Amino acid sequence: MIQAFAFYLFASILVAAATLTVFARNPVHSVLWLILSFFNAAGLFVILGAEFIAMLLVIVYVGAVAVLFLFVVMMLDVDFARMRAGFARYLPFGALLGVVLVAELVLAMGAWSAGAIALDARAAPTPAAVPNIQALGTVLYTRYLFIFEAAGFVLLVAMIGAIVLTNRQRRDLKKQDTARQIARRPEDAVRNVVNQPVGEGVTL
Amino acid sequence: MLRDLQLVAPELILCFGALGLLMVAAFVGDRSLRLVNWLSVALLGAAGLVLLGPAGNGGDAYLGLYRADLFASFAKVLIFGASAVAILAANDWFTRDGTHRPEYPILVLLAAAGSGIMVSASDLLTLYVGVELQSLAAYVLASFQRRDDRSVEAGLKYFVLGALASGILLYGISLLYGFTGTTLFDGISRALAGPEGISTGELFGLVFVFAGLAFKIAAVPFHMWTPDVYEGAPTPVTTLFATAQKVSAMALLVRVAIEAMGPAADGWRQIVIFSALASTILGGVAGVGQANIKRLLAYSSINNVGFALIGLVPGTREGVSSVLFYLAVYVAMTLGAFLCVMRMRDLDGRPVETIGSLSGLSRTQPGLALALLFFMLSLAGFPPFLGLWPKLLVFQAAVNEGYVALAAVGIVTSVIAAYYYLKIVKTMYFDEPAGAYEPGRRTATGVVIVAAALFVSPLGYLLIGPLQQASLNAASSLL
Amino acid sequence: MIKLIVFLPLLAALVAGLGNRALGNATAKLVTTGALFVAAALSWVVFLDFMSGDARSYLEPVLTWIRSGDLQVDWALRVDALTAVMLVVITTVSALVHLYSWGYMAEDDSQPRFFAYLSLFTFAMLMLVTADNLIQMFFGWEGVGLASYLLIGFWYHKPSAKAAAIKAFVVNRVGDFGFSLGIFGTFLVFGTVSIPAILAAAPGMAGSTIGFLGGEVEVMTLLCLLLFVGAMGKSAQLGLHTWLPDAMEGPTPVSALIHAATMVTAGVFMVCRLSPMFEASGTALAVVTLVGAATALFAATVGTVQTDIKRVIAYSTCSQLGYMFFAAGVGAYGAAMFHLFTHAFFKALLFLGAGSVIHAMHHEQDMRFYGGLRRSIPVTFWAMLLGTLAITGVGVTGVFGFAGFYSKDAIIEAAYASGTTPGGLAFAVGVFAAFLTAFYSWRLIFLTFFGQPRWAGSDHIRHAVHHDYESAAAEGTTDSDEAHVDHGTVAATAGPGGAVEGTAGYHPHESPWTMLAPLALLSVGAVFAGVAFHGIFIEPEAGEAFWRGSLAWDAHFYEELHHVPLWVKLSPAVAMLLGLFFAYRAYLKNPGLPARFTASVDTLYQFLLHKWYFDELYHHLFTRPAFALGRLFWRAGDEKTIDRFGPNGAAAVVGVGNRLAGALQSGYLYTYALVMLLGLAAAATWAMTR
Repeated sequence: MIQAFAFYLFASILVAAATLTVFARNPVHSVLWLILSFFNAAGLFVILGAEFIAMLLVIVYVGAVAVLFLFVVMMLDVDFARMRAGFARYLPFGALLGVVLVAELVLAMGAWSAGAIALDARAAPTPAAVPNIQALGTVLYTRYLFIFEAAGFVLLVAMIGAIVLTNRQRRDLKKQDTARQIARRPEDAVRNVVNQPVGEGVTL
Repeated sequence: MLRDLQLVAPELILCFGALGLLMVAAFVGDRSLRLVNWLSVALLGAAGLVLLGPAGNGGDAYLGLYRADLFASFAKVLIFGASAVAILAANDWFTRDGTHRPEYPILVLLAAAGSGIMVSASDLLTLYVGVELQSLAAYVLASFQRRDDRSVEAGLKYFVLGALASGILLYGISLLYGFTGTTLFDGISRALAGPEGISTGELFGLVFVFAGLAFKIAAVPFHMWTPDVYEGAPTPVTTLFATAQKVSAMALLVRVAIEAMGPAADGWRQIVIFSALASTILGGVAGVGQANIKRLLAYSSINNVGFALIGLVPGTREGVSSVLFYLAVYVAMTLGAFLCVMRMRDLDGRPVETIGSLSGLSRTQPGLALALLFFMLSLAGFPPFLGLWPKLLVFQAAVNEGYVALAAVGIVTSVIAAYYYLKIVKTMYFDEPAGAYEPGRRTATGVVIVAAALFVSPLGYLLIGPLQQASLNAASSLL
Repeated sequence: MIKLIVFLPLLAALVAGLGNRALGNATAKLVTTGALFVAAALSWVVFLDFMSGDARSYLEPVLTWIRSGDLQVDWALRVDALTAVMLVVITTVSALVHLYSWGYMAEDDSQPRFFAYLSLFTFAMLMLVTADNLIQMFFGWEGVGLASYLLIGFWYHKPSAKAAAIKAFVVNRVGDFGFSLGIFGTFLVFGTVSIPAILAAAPGMAGSTIGFLGGEVEVMTLLCLLLFVGAMGKSAQLGLHTWLPDAMEGPTPVSALIHAATMVTAGVFMVCRLSPMFEASGTALAVVTLVGAATALFAATVGTVQTDIKRVIAYSTCSQLGYMFFAAGVGAYGAAMFHLFTHAFFKALLFLGAGSVIHAMHHEQDMRFYGGLRRSIPVTFWAMLLGTLAITGVGVTGVFGFAGFYSKDAIIEAAYASGTTPGGLAFAVGVFAAFLTAFYSWRLIFLTFFGQPRWAGSDHIRHAVHHDYESAAAEGTTDSDEAHVDHGTVAATAGPGGAVEGTAGYHPHESPWTMLAPLALLSVGAVFAGVAFHGIFIEPEAGEAFWRGSLAWDAHFYEELHHVPLWVKLSPAVAMLLGLFFAYRAYLKNPGLPARFTASVDTLYQFLLHKWYFDELYHHLFTRPAFALGRLFWRAGDEKTIDRFGPNGAAAVVGVGNRLAGALQSGYLYTYALVMLLGLAAAATWAMTR
């Protein structure tokens, strides 16, 4: 009973927060709504018994990603209001589309309540004996090793992409070359000038 | 464990090869370009070669997450080959723009690895990771010429819409998982074939998965990104999109449709029929007015995907084999056409892409014009060019299962597309020469053009027998 | 061997045609002519075998062709006496014409094409005569039609040649339509297209009826008449003859080969080949007789007023074909084939002779501008004289006669001996036509070779002289002075028919040996073909031994030919002498006579000059309504209906669709995303509501 109540609470707040994320006029508000929706999603995970993922969500998404978003949004000088000028025009149609999709999803959920599956039919049921985090690790590094590694490559590609697309070799800047600095010896830098007549200066 | 590694050998080679080359590139710098290029091609060759071993037809790996069968091998040969050509072609292209960097071949390698994972996927998670690996690399590649506005725009559009499609796909996957309790294709198939029949939720998941994959193959109505991205992306990258990535997405779609959702064929068949017809019609109609040849080829690819989908509709062995055959010939034609386009440069060496600039090509560059003529006529499905044959096969597969009307409409729409192929031929052969062209250069891609032209020429009919046998064998591993 | 005869020309045609310019003139000529001479030599071997009575008819299979239900058609070459005769005629004349063309076409710049067409024609004609079934015969039939079309229009830059080629093709289509209907009908009735099978079954079918166009008609009459329509078209019989005179637009060797010796006789051959069928229907035979007789009369009358040397011979051909048909109509198939055989020689001779004259006269074809050529081109003159003697049938019974004497007299006697009404009519017409034949033939000789030169009136000659003068003057030789003097001093006086007399300083030259050799060889044929071969063709016993049932043969009938009354035997000779006399009077003795005579019977003259107004009649009856109908279908049917709703309509729809798709492809991300989501929603909705 309490589970059901918690589920509906978290779920409805999550949906509302997600909606407000999209609709908020102020980008900072948007990010804040987003953080709220993350929290509620984490709550849903807790109900499912996936407490590790819930914590992950809070730590990584709320703690890092969303805060990063916040920083970026606050540093940008973008006139968001103007960017959304076209938004109102498409709102009715988009809303209609959304309503249709939602209605259908609700219908689909009706099938759920018909009891198509039990929780233990999941691919990897949560074992009761071991801690959540251990169970997850076991599955990740054994059964889903291949996918885990492949996901690593996805991240690698993302990293390469970010570097390829943004890293520029700026020629107008002087860069520090520590290796050269360390390798520099007195012989390279100092020249003894002897027998120089007085008053004529030194050619460099 | 060792067995598993053997089975995923092609992807292993590509991924770890890419890592190694990344090191080379990072420490040697841009001077390593030639070396990295050729090593990448060699890696693709090696990945193709290990298909002769257990990786070619060795069965399941990683508890059913990954399947090494003939179907996957057929697609992988095409993917690796096309990727190699995309690397070779890019060498000349980017070098002349001064934008070539060793990351290009590395990204192509990783994309090829993603494609390989896609076609071998027998689990929804593998599928998703493969799609993402390929797509992320593709987004980066599309905007590889980052100083070119069009290239950046193409990359961004592809990324945003691709993210949307990924979301749709992922949502479909989660629905399927939720309702069937498994992500394995076999398990889903069993669940769908179960006594309760197909629940609405499962159907919903099916629709979403199909929509997500339809985006990757650029089938109508998920095709909108195609013309913009194909036009904006650097031409070698477009080549990669139109060939290797299209093959992988198409093969993946076929595998999902047959292996995972075979019992729900009635659920997806109508969607595929609609998408096939809409693609052939739109690919034909919208291409008619195009002035940019890359854009035109984008519509051509939409058109061709429609034809290939017709082969999927009956869901038979014959149909699947016709799709594979179609893809093989399509890859050759498209590679050839794009390689020809890459040779279109004015006297200052700047690439030109308008169809009008092809005027009188038959007189200024007869060899190139002849090759392009072969590809255009073959794409149009003109007898006696090879492009006719796969069309015939997909129509035959459809007719044999009673989809006569579908085949009939397909034939009619192929006429529309023939218009713009013929327009190019007419421009090349009957119009007065427009501007002077840079004389042809000797590059490795010339060999590929000649080989592809010979393949689609009537000489290619000699290969119909083996190719058909290979595609039938490949299809047998699904059905 | 028969395969060699038939396929050598095809091979040569392929080599010359596909090699074309790459091969060069000399090679093309050598290949084709060599192949034809080999074929001709082999044909004579075949023929002499049959003549000596050693050979039996046989069938040489080549390929399986059509296997479709009841329809079993194979390529097979049938060789019997009838085929052997045709083989000899075709290959001999063709070989000589090939050789002749070396000289005649020497200045043409697409000779390989010409020789390829000639050889192709020969192949098709051989295919026709060796046919074992009606389909194969039809193949040859259409093949010769095609070659004829190509050769008439060989000089396609000449509008008149193009028009003539199209006319020949279209008129022949009418005949071919009849022929194909005949083939269909034959298959319907007999269930086979194999000629021997049909002929074996034909007598049993006599008298049975079939529904046709709503009425009941006799089967054999219907089939024979339909087939005969085909023969009429190909052999230019009255009604479908209009293409033949116009076909003279082609090069003269072509006229000699196709439009005199071989192709136009295909109709006669077909009737003879199918003679047992025709024998089964008296009505059909009567029609054949009447059409033949009418053609003989019509063409001979028109021939008397023509001025173009080739057209005279063309009408003469038409008229002689009429003879052959009424011979066949009265049952004298042997005589018809005999006349076909001899006619091939002397008519080819006349045509090639005419070609030689034209060659000498710098492509002037109008006889009014000839005259006195006897001394300039003596070989040609003698050859044509022999040809004329042959066509007019000069000879003394029991002693010696030129070729036409035996064959034509046999036909006329057969017509009399048949005893039927159409036969009697044909006899009268035949005798009268013999008179006309003699008249126009001698008229040709007299106008061309005798009298004063009237060359000055010809544009061609003037052009030639002018050209010679200029080139000679440029060279500065003394000849040019002579030419100049001649040109200036010869006084032009009005000749017969208003033509200008005088040579205009032109010197006709005899043709090269390549043209004269065929003339000589054909002359031998024209002189001796009758006396040498009349035995096997029309003598009762020898004939029966020769033909061996390859055509319908009634020995008793041929026996009767010898017992017709004397006046019947003499009448052709008398008619011939009368014709000679009139021609002599009108064109040598008293050159002003024709003009005065034609003025007195102007209506008749105009009637003949306009070829009985056939062309005008057809123009108003068929051509103009056809054009009107065509325009109606074109404008209202094609452009306003089919094009508008078909191709143009579809193209418009595509255009609209293209603009729509272009408008949708806005370049904005949210449009694209919207379309995707719309598609998704639609698919989901469909999945839910299914």
